[in-house]
Amino acid sequence: MTREDDKDMASEPTTTPAVIAENVGKVFPGKKGAQVTALEDIDLTVARGEFVSLIGPSGCGKSTLMRLIADLDQPTSGSLSVFGKSAKQARLDQEYGIAFQQAGLLPWRTVRRNIELPLELHKVGKAERAKRSKELLSLVGLTDFGDNFPDQLSGGMQQRVAIARSLAESPNLLLMDEPFGALDEMTREHMQGELAHICAETNAAVVFVTHSIPEAVFLSHRVVVLSPRPGRIRAIVDVGLGTSSERTDHLRESETFFAAVSEVREHLHGSPDAVPMGVDNR
Amino acid sequence: MKAAFGATRGVIPPLLLGVVTLLLWQLAVAAFDIKPFVLPSPTAIGDQFVNNLPTVWSNSLVTGFNSLVGLLIGAVLGILLAILASLVRVIDELSSAVVAAAMVLPIVALAPVLYSMFSASQQTARQLVASLAVFVPVYVNTLKGLRQVRPVHRDLLRAHAASTGQTIRVVTLPTALPFIFTGVRIASSLAVIAAVIAEYFGGPIGGLGKSITTAAAGSNYPLAWAYVLGSILLGLVFYLAVLGIERWVLRDRGT
Repeated sequence: MTREDDKDMASEPTTTPAVIAENVGKVFPGKKGAQVTALEDIDLTVARGEFVSLIGPSGCGKSTLMRLIADLDQPTSGSLSVFGKSAKQARLDQEYGIAFQQAGLLPWRTVRRNIELPLELHKVGKAERAKRSKELLSLVGLTDFGDNFPDQLSGGMQQRVAIARSLAESPNLLLMDEPFGALDEMTREHMQGELAHICAETNAAVVFVTHSIPEAVFLSHRVVVLSPRPGRIRAIVDVGLGTSSERTDHLRESETFFAAVSEVREHLHGSPDAVPMGVDNR
Repeated sequence: MKAAFGATRGVIPPLLLGVVTLLLWQLAVAAFDIKPFVLPSPTAIGDQFVNNLPTVWSNSLVTGFNSLVGLLIGAVLGILLAILASLVRVIDELSSAVVAAAMVLPIVALAPVLYSMFSASQQTARQLVASLAVFVPVYVNTLKGLRQVRPVHRDLLRAHAASTGQTIRVVTLPTALPFIFTGVRIASSLAVIAAVIAEYFGGPIGGLGKSITTAAAGSNYPLAWAYVLGSILLGLVFYLAVLGIERWVLRDRGT
């Protein structure tokens, strides 16, 4: 099973990849003219329907890379295209949905109206919005909570609302910046399972920022390992755990899963030679 | 049951304090034979208030209307200018000096000048004084509120390609709303104070301030105090009305 198999071949007339980054770099101006290089020489292609995780130590620029793709920041070198367009055009055309580490819900809106926000911003009619939010509420298992306010929900439920919101316009690309970072381990594994299920259903490409190795391996077709500042791609690990629909909890016990976890860990810790003896295959 | 008990517990102590103060006041006036032009007794003020209720009421309407016009004009201007200042940096920088000056300026001191600018037979000057007094706290609080937008919300709206107008409507204003209300609530009693005091400096007959000075000039001190009581009640009405609207508008927000 390769990742070519689960590309969205039926509905898309074109085979333009979801994201192409060529030599992308990002330098932030620092204090007194000092500059901070966040990213350097990033070459990465994300195919349609592919789930790619960005992993690396804190401050390696993985979130920055996601923000560049989302056109929330602009690269200082190299070129970036999203579905064959510039990042800015892709943002204006709403080619992607986005979820952040903080759920970022508007506390004065009900759950339903939070989910409908992107549709409302793009002047989708009321009936259409209601229909879509109903679908999404059931997709994330919150059918009974549409009229609640975000403050009345747990952290995990809020994050599910944020994911539903990111899916509102059925984007072909999902950008997720540590969406489960603030959740406890049990909720986190449960949410990972749900996300895999959602990805299988929507067939969207995903760029997923995380610093959890098992999370990256469980969800991804490919895991991109970044080095500490300046962020460079150190390795890309092909996980080979099959399509998103096959990612259920029993996978967490499989040999392939453990092997991929060890491989990602080795890359994260530097060259394999530098890894201390007896890498634990937890 | 418990909530009702809590509510009464919150009301009873200040009420008790008020009653005790009035009693002591009454006793002191009687015991020390304090003259009415120094301090009339509460019962004398109460008598005058009840006996002159129709005139207190009609004068309250005049001052109340001026305060309301001032509150509306000042609040709308304050909010609009704060939005403008939050969008355009130059306006913010230009206005900060003006606002700082307005904060230390005794606005009612402008009343005589305004009476000669606009006709002294019109209420315009009084309403302007009230609106100027309202403008400052509303502007300062609104501007502060507009700067409270969380980065994640700003990113979210940008990611969804929202226009500037949409961002203001959907995120910036709702975020600022509690701050705007704080400003308007402070301004509501300021509007009444400014409108009352502006009447001291001239302008047409009518209004609580004018009645206070007239009664005092005629040595009818208990009546003057009755009008003062009217002004206090009017200020309280304004404050409570804004508080009520605030509670209702923000009823769904968790704190």
